[in-house]
Amino acid sequence: MKISNKHKALLFLALLITITPFFFPSSYYFRVGSLIFVNGIAVTGIVILTGYAGQISLGHAGFAGIGAYACALAPVYLGLHPAFAVILGAGVSAILAYLVGRPILRLKGYYLGVASLGFGILVSMVLANEREITGGPDGIQVPDLGLRGLLKDWGLNLNNSEFWYVLSGTSLLIAAWLALNLYNSPTGRALRALHGSEIAARTVGVDVARLKLQAFIISAVYASLSGSLLALQNKFITPDVAGFMHSIEMVTMAVLGGVGSVVGAIFGATILTTLPQLLTVFAEYEMLLMGLVMMLVMIFMRDGLLPSILRLIRGRDK
Amino acid sequence: MAELMQFILSGLTVGAVYALVALGFTIIYNASDVVNFAQGEFVMLGGMITVFAHSAGMPLPLAAVIAIAVTASVGVALNKLAIEPARGAPVVSLIIITIGASIFIRGVTQLVFDKQLHRFPAFSGDAPIHILGATILPQSLWVMLGAVAVFVALWLFFTHTLTGKAILATSNNRLAAQLVGINTNWVMTLSFALSAAIGALAGVLVTPITLVSYDVGIALALKGFAAAMLGGMGNPKGALVGGILLGLFEALTAGYLSSQYKDAAAFIVILAVLFAMPQGLFGKKSTDRV
Repeated sequence: MKISNKHKALLFLALLITITPFFFPSSYYFRVGSLIFVNGIAVTGIVILTGYAGQISLGHAGFAGIGAYACALAPVYLGLHPAFAVILGAGVSAILAYLVGRPILRLKGYYLGVASLGFGILVSMVLANEREITGGPDGIQVPDLGLRGLLKDWGLNLNNSEFWYVLSGTSLLIAAWLALNLYNSPTGRALRALHGSEIAARTVGVDVARLKLQAFIISAVYASLSGSLLALQNKFITPDVAGFMHSIEMVTMAVLGGVGSVVGAIFGATILTTLPQLLTVFAEYEMLLMGLVMMLVMIFMRDGLLPSILRLIRGRDK
Repeated sequence: MAELMQFILSGLTVGAVYALVALGFTIIYNASDVVNFAQGEFVMLGGMITVFAHSAGMPLPLAAVIAIAVTASVGVALNKLAIEPARGAPVVSLIIITIGASIFIRGVTQLVFDKQLHRFPAFSGDAPIHILGATILPQSLWVMLGAVAVFVALWLFFTHTLTGKAILATSNNRLAAQLVGINTNWVMTLSFALSAAIGALAGVLVTPITLVSYDVGIALALKGFAAAMLGGMGNPKGALVGGILLGLFEALTAGYLSSQYKDAAAFIVILAVLFAMPQGLFGKKSTDRV
């Protein structure tokens, strides 16, 4: 039986997620693992926007902020269960992405960059300044999801980090599955066509404006979900989640790993999430080393880490 | 009236700094099509190096010259080591490279110097000058004078010297410039040195007012980037006008609406301008070849 590339990628991810825990010496590793998955979800959204459709966003953390604060605020002010707050956050992000995306996606390259950057900064500023509601720059508590207690009643007893490892791992698999499905769908092909050349895509009948908007909305929902999961997992959130540096982190993870493919981008998320954990020993040198890694990878491995490594392996086989 | 005058004066001061950063963006963008997100670090380096050279016993003017020279060579190194090897990379990769460079420079600075806030004395004292009921620090006048002087010098350089015209030719069409015998690699090097030196000069001028620490660069880079975009990327006149407008908007919002949202006002204005004029105020309309 021949397995398609899509299923290979999914199988590979699923195996990695299920097998690695057997080698975890402590629950700290589960915690890092679930952080990787949460970042992986956001980065998969970036793959759809940047890798498929070729559009740049320097403000996607804004949507992560909306998802995160929905989980903190909706249970308090609207009495919603946190699980529904996640959906509310995703809905609000989608609507905002529609409203913001329509005008700014007409812009190209650096201009799109600065417009999306402006959006992200506006969101993080509202979160930091509306103290009475959001708790201001010091952050705010996020209620418990309550799902772990439910599982316990069913006889499935997981500790907190294990639970989040399983939940965010499953979410990432679903997110990756949807993104991989999109790749070869008519929409996915049209997106890649407009990435290649917008004018050429338009001449063959691709509705460029609508497709770009779709990609923008989908990636916004991904970012929002990632923000929600982060907030629920940490039970605490600060406006930094919507900040410029978080937007840059998302894009860097995706591009560093290889923005053309879902697996590549998740690989990038893995590297950039674990690297700071490893570098805590050299806290003094952390910034220096991070900057160096960003520059070196982009200069010497233009397509990203994973594609370059794969090429190296395949080249040796021949 | 006095209040409005006060806001305008402080807006002009901040705007002059943004304009200098935006001019730095413009020069590098013209020569290489790269938006250099490490531009803010040049300003930071200008301030930091002057502070430490001055506290090591050097007279202030000498310290400033050294800071500008060192920063210019950092700019050249950035071009040679990071930008030239990545020639032709997609926009996203270039953004990541220059942001990586800015994080790297910040990391080195906090190791070599420290994480404290620093300042050195203002050039001509701290006694405020009264204008129409408002007050202004003498150092603010230095900042504005610096921005105007740099702009005029650049204008003369680009229109009246062969080297300046070579840079313009390169930015217009790299290949054609090479064909008529312009050394485009040298043009790139020169542009990075020039841009870094302008950034460092801004840092030297503004440090007595705003103080400097290793992490002031990123905010300045974002504002300068926004100012350059507002004016239309690649246009020096746009950079100057965009920078000053941005400074004025911020000061007026801070004064009349809310100081917390002064940064928001800047970005709302930029979004509004880009919606109406996708190329910025002075930008040229571009066409793509298929």
